[in-house]
Order: sequence, then C-alpha cells, then structure tokens
Amino acid sequence: MITDFVPLFIMILLALGLALTLLKLQQWLGPYQPGKIKGSPYESGQDPVGSARERYSIKFYLVAMIFIVFDVELVFLYPWAVSFGEFLQAGGGAALGALAVVGLFLFILVVGLIYDIKKGGLDWD
Amino acid sequence: MPELLVSIWEAVDLPLAIFLVINLLLVTASLLVYAERVVSAFIQERSGPNRVGPRGILQPFADVFKLIFKEDIVPTAGNGFVHSLAPVLMVVIAMSTVAVIPFAGTAEAGPVVIADVSVGLLLILAMTSISVYGITLAGWSSNSKYSLLGGLRSSAQMISYELAMGAAALSVVLYAGSLSIFDIVESQNHLGSFFGWNIFRNPVGFVVFAVCALAETNRAPFDLPEAEQELVGGYHTEYSGMKFGMFFLAEYVNLWIASMVTATLFLGGYLLPGQSLLVEWFGLGGLLLTALQMVALVAKTAFFAFCFIWIRWTLPRFKYDQLMTLGWKYLLPISIANIFVIALIVTAYVLLGGDPPSPFSL
Repeated sequence: MITDFVPLFIMILLALGLALTLLKLQQWLGPYQPGKIKGSPYESGQDPVGSARERYSIKFYLVAMIFIVFDVELVFLYPWAVSFGEFLQAGGGAALGALAVVGLFLFILVVGLIYDIKKGGLDWD
Repeated sequence: MPELLVSIWEAVDLPLAIFLVINLLLVTASLLVYAERVVSAFIQERSGPNRVGPRGILQPFADVFKLIFKEDIVPTAGNGFVHSLAPVLMVVIAMSTVAVIPFAGTAEAGPVVIADVSVGLLLILAMTSISVYGITLAGWSSNSKYSLLGGLRSSAQMISYELAMGAAALSVVLYAGSLSIFDIVESQNHLGSFFGWNIFRNPVGFVVFAVCALAETNRAPFDLPEAEQELVGGYHTEYSGMKFGMFFLAEYVNLWIASMVTATLFLGGYLLPGQSLLVEWFGLGGLLLTALQMVALVAKTAFFAFCFIWIRWTLPRFKYDQLMTLGWKYLLPISIANIFVIALIVTAYVLLGGDPPSPFSL
C-alpha cells in the first residue's frame, strides 16, 4: 500500500527541514569574510597545483561495473527468498525446483566471480 | 469542541511522534559522540572530556555551538550548490532510515513503528546506498585532490561491502519469508527463548553483516576515506562550520542505525530474552511489555555501538588492497555460500516435518 509510505515521507521532510535549518542558522550566526587564499583548496599550506578535476585510476570504474552486475543478480534473489517457504510448503517438485534453480543461479554467479578474480579485475596494487 | 480537538490530534500525532524520534536521534548522536570520546580516553588511559558540565557530558553540545558560530568556507573553484547538498543528503538519509525499524510490538497488537512498510529491508539497503552519493558528491564538489580521493575510495568501498551485506540480509529473509522488518523480528520469536534469534540460527551471516555494517559507516578499521595520514580529512577536508558538523552528526546517527539494524536482524530486535515464556507464565503484556521491549532494543543497540567504538580504538587501519580483498574475495563468496546453506537448512526442517524456522510454525 502506498499509504504505508506516507510516514516515511513525513520523516524525510522533517529531517530535510532540520538539515536546512542548520545550514540557515550558520549563515545567520557565522561570520562571512571570503578571500582568495581562503577559497583555494587545501594542499598542506602550499599553493595548489592544477585542478582536482583530473583523471583517476580505471580500477574505480571497474569495481563500479562489477558491482552493478552482482547487485542486480542479488536483487533477483530477493523475491525467491521471500517465496522460498511457500515453495517448500507446496512440497515435491516445487521445493526441489526452487532449490535447484537457485543452486544453478548461485553457481553461475560464483563462476563469474571466480573469473573476475582470476582475470585480476579485483587486484589493487 | 472535543471532537475538533480529537480530529486535530489525529492530524498531528504522527508528525509529532516523528519530530520526537528525530530529536531523540539528535540527543542519541551527541551522547554517542561523548561515549566515543570517553571510551577512547579509557582505552588510551587519558582523562577524556571533563570540563564542560558534570564529567564533561555537555561537551558535544559545546562543540555544536562552536561549529555553528564558525565561518562556512566554500572553495572558489568548487560547486557551491553540490557542496551544500552533500551534508544535507547525509543527514536526511541517516535520520529517515530509522522510520522502518520497529521499536516494540507483539504478533497480536502489531508493531510500534513509524512506517510499517512491507519492503522494509530493501528500503534500508536502498537508503544506505544513497549515502554513497552524499560522500562522493562531497568529495567531488570541493575541487580538492584529497577530497576527491576520499570520495572515490569511499564509494568503491561502500559499494563493495554492500554486496556482501545484501547477501547476508538475504539469508535472514529465508528464515522469515518476508521483507517486512516486523515479520523478520517476529520470526525470531518461535523457539520461545533467545535461541530463535538469527545470531544462533545464522552465525556466519551475522559476522558478515556486522563487518559490512562497520565498513558501510566508514569507521575504523575501514576508515580509508578519511585516513588522516594520507588524505588529511578525506571527503570533508574542505568543509567547515556546521556543514562539517552535519557530516559528524550523520556519521554518529549512521553508527546508531547500523547497530540498530544489526540488533534487529540478528539479535531479535525488540524481543526480550524468553519473551513468549514471560508472556505465558507472568501474563506480561500491554504497556509494560512495550516499555520493556523498547529498553531491550536500546540495550542491544547500545551494546553493538559500544563494540563498534571498541573496535575503532583497538584495531589498526586496513591497506586499500586488503580492504578490497576482504570484501570481494572473502566476504562475498562466504555470504553467497551462506545463502545456499541456509536454504538447505530450511529445506531440511520442512522435509523432516519438524518445526520449520519460519512464520509457518507460529
């Protein structure tokens, strides 16, 4: 039921109100004296070298991509976990099928993970 | 006239309760800050805070007042809007996760909870995923190299441990047969004593989940995103004043929520030890039972929070390759294997015609 979520939305709104109030309070109470040095990024007291919008290691992209694959497969397992009990209560073929299908699914998942590890996709050096 | 009052009350009681919970969370967070400093002082044989208020208990409030009177510095080359958005996101997400966790309840009377949704567990996982955005945006918008590296490290770490966390939570769902947190807690009630709690039925899942909860809150030994020796302050290097304070607040609220979720999923949540026996023998019920259950939940949560603080001040920090190896090569395969083992255990229970560890036996 969508109405079950109404209290959650109220909670989010109130928390948002709290966060914005804190931001606003600081603007009222805190000093405001911007300066060139003050606005430059911190680099241990030295003049900053270049911008921070630079290229970074491809490893981070790789982890993100692998994460997407595994996370989606994990989400597929949730409906199965919820209805597993009912399959078992039905007994016989349904119970065996529910177990075998997920065994196969997990097997493919683990083979993918092993392939990933063997290929060195998750090695950080 | 009383009818008008009643209708007004019915319109405002829910927002009032939520307002109360948010304020309780704020007080809890400041008490946790105090607890962390006292425990760390105890572990390192120092005095800790002892100047503000009796035994220094007002120290966190003094910190907040100091932070709120400080200047808010936004880097000139940074993105001002995103720079403000990140701490707001962190606080909002940290605060609203508590909405789906039941504080008390019985199978007959239903749960005492803000939002009794049927997909509570998925909602908690989704909320923890959103807090990745807060940290990443904070790192990116500051236009500082330290912040960027901290944000990147944090996002890679949090998504890696989310997988194992999701798999460990899945093994709990197998026992409960439902995604509602209330059903999950009630499914741990079936053995009468505390041996029905998931920590006994699913110990591997508990260990994996607790480690991942620690990693998700970015606390030591998983505090690579804010490793002082390498990255200054990590993603909040360029934050000052109350925006920094909001990250601080979100961190401690997250710690409390992580402890609460762990206690709820694996330690029986609000269930008293041997609750069904107490109800049967002493006729415990009503308001007294509700109050006792709330105390039980707070006690369990405080226990985990203490353990997390204890771990932080005892263990050294991981190296980044060790962190990734632990997450991907150990915890993820272990938790996937755990899912299958739990599925086999549930099947065996049902096939043997015994007492299946699920709501069907209730």
